Amino acid sequence: MATKSLKARHEALVMDNKQMEILNGGIFEDGELPYFKDKIAQTGQFPLRPKQLEILQINVGYMCNQVCEHCHVDAGPDRKEIMTRETMEMCLEVIRNTAAHTLDLTGGAPEMNPDFRWFVEEAAKAGIKDFIVRSNLTIIRANKKYYDLPQFFKKHNIHVISSMPHYTRGKTDKQRGEGVFDLSIKALQELNAVGYGMPGSSLRLDLVYNPSGAFLPGDQVAMERDFKKALKEDFEINFHNLFSITNLPIARFLDYLIASGNYEDYMYSLVEAYNPSAVANVMCTNTISVSWDGWLYDCDFNQMLGLKVASKIRHIRDYNEDILNDRNIIISQHCYGCTAGAGSSCQGSVT
Amino acid sequence: MADSYYDPADLRKFGNITDWSEELGTKFFEYYGKVFEEGALSAREKSLIALAVAHVVKCPYCIDAYTKDGLQKGITKEEMMEAVHAGAAIESGATLVHGVQMMNKYNKLSM
Repeated sequence: MATKSLKARHEALVMDNKQMEILNGGIFEDGELPYFKDKIAQTGQFPLRPKQLEILQINVGYMCNQVCEHCHVDAGPDRKEIMTRETMEMCLEVIRNTAAHTLDLTGGAPEMNPDFRWFVEEAAKAGIKDFIVRSNLTIIRANKKYYDLPQFFKKHNIHVISSMPHYTRGKTDKQRGEGVFDLSIKALQELNAVGYGMPGSSLRLDLVYNPSGAFLPGDQVAMERDFKKALKEDFEINFHNLFSITNLPIARFLDYLIASGNYEDYMYSLVEAYNPSAVANVMCTNTISVSWDGWLYDCDFNQMLGLKVASKIRHIRDYNEDILNDRNIIISQHCYGCTAGAGSSCQGSVT
Repeated sequence: MADSYYDPADLRKFGNITDWSEELGTKFFEYYGKVFEEGALSAREKSLIALAVAHVVKCPYCIDAYTKDGLQKGITKEEMMEAVHAGAAIESGATLVHGVQMMNKYNKLSM
């Protein structure tokens, strides 16, 4: 298990052009598999255009206490890209005026941003309907200063979405690191203890499942049933919904696919599972992604590939929702990850 | 032409069997798809049965396909191995139960 990000290891792959070269070349360039734009053109969905903006997703930094093998952010303890309070101020201005009903904070581990709590307190005042923090769970147990996070989340009525790759120790630790499973269980129990995830509770606790390897996620409903049964029986843990998310061939997951000789098969699986009805609901059609340094992207994946929005509004300081919404979404072959099977987004399946 | 009988890449071409007999191929894939839907048995249970049978009929394509399918359905490696043993037990049992026929014949021929 790696303990450093690809960036810290100076891996050529994470230089954006190298990833785009891989995603545009090989089996796609040879014509063995169709380009994503040609695939969506078959159903008249090219160019892909945004619908009403619903979700503002802000990445407050790439620093994380974990170095998960599949991470598309290439996050880790060595990443220094952290959103400053100045950029947060610009985000707050947007949050106060946006038509979006959901604010979604992600990272890295967002809690590791030194201004995280201040930002949450300020953003909560804007009265946005659904305020999500994507918490990796282990952060709650990583250091004493984070022990009160469940209370803090509760105070601000935060919707907690946490990643949990499997309900067994082996699979979880293999993907996320030794000891992650036990810490995650403990964190979930603590969230339950303050009311998160309990049946009928308004304190929302959802889990995210993504496969620990070169395969696609199974049916979200069946997976949720299995997770609920196992976590309840073994650990007395409750949660609301399970979102099953497909791993996209970006950063560390792409590196893993190539190193393990699974890249081509995985791309085949994604293309074979292509579902045209998922295209209409892919998250880039209702989301704007903001990076730690304030740049705007169609989604968190495009952010990691360095593909800024194709609009004259490209930075949060110039934010204008109407102008921004009138754009073509930038797509490439990684987008097959969001249209496979029942579709995939940060909110789980899309069909 | 490949120089071995089994090529993993051929699994991706399974659907091509329809090219040379569209009606039968289409009917087969419709039936196949229907069989593995959730029914009285869950899709998960059916995937484990398929994995066991894949081993018994010794189909490398099916083993690849249903190992991956099992992973996708969150099936653990312990569950997968138990399924393989269930198949193996039936297969060896099927051999051994013929031992009774051997015993019957032996007894009949012997004084």
